[in-house]
Amino acid sequence: MSNEKIQAELDQYNASVEKAVAKFPLRGNVPEKGLYTPLDIDMTPEAYADKIGFPGVYPFTRGVQPTMYRGRFWTMRMYAGFSTAKASNERYRYLIANGGTGLSCAFDLPTQIGYDSDDPISEGEVGKVGVAIDSLADMQILFDKIDLGKVSTSMTINAPASVLLCMYIAVAEKQGVSMDKLRGTIQNDILKEYAARGTYIFPPRPSMRLITNIFEFCSKNVPLWNTISISGYHIREAGSTASQEIAFTIADGIAYVDAAIKAGMDVDAFAGRLSFFWNAHNNVLEEVAKFRASRRVWAKVMKERFGAKKPKSMMLRVHTQTAGSMLTAQQPNNNIVRVALQTAAAVMGGTQSLHTNSKDEALALPTTESVTIALRTQQIVAEESGLADVIDPLAGSYYVEAMTDRIEKEAWEYIKKIDDLGGAVAAIEKGYIQKEIQDSAYKWQMDVEAKKRIIVGVNKYQVEEEPPKGLLKVDASVGIEQSKRLADLKAGKTVPDYVAVGMTEGRNNDDVKAALAELKTAAQDENENLMPHILKAVKTYATLGEICNTLRDVFGLYEAHVSL
Amino acid sequence: MDKIKVLVAKPGLDGHDRGAKVVARALRDAGFEVVYTGLRQTPEQIAAAAAEEDVDVVAMSLLSGAHPHLFPAVVKLVREKGMKDALIIGGGVIPDGDIPALKEAGVSEVFTPGTPTGDIVEYIKAHVKK
Repeated sequence: MSNEKIQAELDQYNASVEKAVAKFPLRGNVPEKGLYTPLDIDMTPEAYADKIGFPGVYPFTRGVQPTMYRGRFWTMRMYAGFSTAKASNERYRYLIANGGTGLSCAFDLPTQIGYDSDDPISEGEVGKVGVAIDSLADMQILFDKIDLGKVSTSMTINAPASVLLCMYIAVAEKQGVSMDKLRGTIQNDILKEYAARGTYIFPPRPSMRLITNIFEFCSKNVPLWNTISISGYHIREAGSTASQEIAFTIADGIAYVDAAIKAGMDVDAFAGRLSFFWNAHNNVLEEVAKFRASRRVWAKVMKERFGAKKPKSMMLRVHTQTAGSMLTAQQPNNNIVRVALQTAAAVMGGTQSLHTNSKDEALALPTTESVTIALRTQQIVAEESGLADVIDPLAGSYYVEAMTDRIEKEAWEYIKKIDDLGGAVAAIEKGYIQKEIQDSAYKWQMDVEAKKRIIVGVNKYQVEEEPPKGLLKVDASVGIEQSKRLADLKAGKTVPDYVAVGMTEGRNNDDVKAALAELKTAAQDENENLMPHILKAVKTYATLGEICNTLRDVFGLYEAHVSL
Repeated sequence: MDKIKVLVAKPGLDGHDRGAKVVARALRDAGFEVVYTGLRQTPEQIAAAAAEEDVDVVAMSLLSGAHPHLFPAVVKLVREKGMKDALIIGGGVIPDGDIPALKEAGVSEVFTPGTPTGDIVEYIKAHVKK
């Protein structure tokens, strides 16, 4: 059929449904068009080769691995951590025993912001949103009976990522696993902390220095490690649109690559170990298009802007998490359904790794029961749905290809805007990215309140319900107990829980002092790579707070841009 | 009559500010005067800001589970500033089971996930002492 003939038939179709369409009830937030045709995409063989192509081949629209899930499912990597290292260790071993294929560590807020559990600012926060890690000893408990030579571990840690990575390396060394064998990821993405997530410590310049230090150290010593997870998940959770999610994240990525090159690295030496983190939101088809567009955009950025030569440097490898913000406190069982749909989107989108939220997400951290359902959701999609059996199954869909192109176009527009502002760091300092996110978040809320956007159980199909029972609770005793352990650790005493994992002697406070002094001197020299110094301090059982306070003394604190 | 003045505050280390910002903007659109503290406020900082800005309402947002400690601390310090009439409310990820204790500590109302912003506006109008 020629294009003219299709257009003619489309006009006929539109005319035939016009009367009916005019009578449809007004549903908010649906796309303008309900029907897509070959006229909406460019599907010549040239366009196919150029824009779509093959999995594992530039521009990677169809996926970064040639055989995708045919050879191996995505890594089922459940984000977990709460309360004590011991409780979290049990959860990790439970997940592995139930089919989880990768670990993912959630740390509490004091840990994420480089404060010890006994710091006054930590009161009420210890162990609440993740596990409290104050020293190498806690890390030894966290990975007790877990062979770091056999698992890959993702750690959601940003400002103090260098410290946690060094702790991980030190634990592995005690297990007899050398760092060149270690597989995993640190999130290590400070720019999105400034823009959307909030767990920053230091200002941008020293933060970028720490990040590039990690890139360099790992490229030489920990080559299987993903040194950064450039994140859009949180930007989306903060309220951005799908296009903004990938645009702002890729702009952050550009800033990191720029910084590393300025620090003297060759792009192909580190780019292959950059990774990304997307949200899997509710609109299944839009999400698939977003994933595909993101791969195409990054590939072009790496090849054309940065002149990367290795295909691995151009591949956008991604971990995904189902959208927590779309889960409801009302009728929580409905969330199981939402997560299943979001999982389908991530899988059809071609993610390398996936965390699925539990049904109690809006209320608390997951119980064993609810996290099991979330893990089974992935396993059911993988084994029973057929979605993993064909690579990039939605390619060629008129709608999905048109959406992929549209999201790509919008992403380039945002990237250009950010370039014009001077790059991601400048855009954040000027509040541009924050304002865009905020505006999108406000529009979303107003749409919900006007019932243009329906959320089942919240603004439609509401019921009277009892508050749910059996939610996970982390109580104040966690903080109190951890502070006691810390007091003894800092005093150089032995601590029974730590003796149990091999720390048979108290720490030597002279060694701690010397290591921190050396770290301080190194921090003052911008050309010094801090990783070896942090590793040394970590091994003396200097605490996270002691190490970060040393760095605070040198780097200062980030002053947040407050805007409404 | 003067506009109702609200301090929207983020106590503690929690970095989730989508809700606080949406509520702040909705309150502004409803005709209130709104001051937003930004992240990482200690109870001392919030009470000081409330006093300095001479607000009618202190509205706290917290999603990190630290509310049992931080919300009552803010109430105590705001009252110690002599602001006995300030309406103190909160919202965020707060299990229903925790709300009675918060109310007993002086938080007048807690707005949980899914609350329309209009409900918060109406509550403030109905309960603010001006």
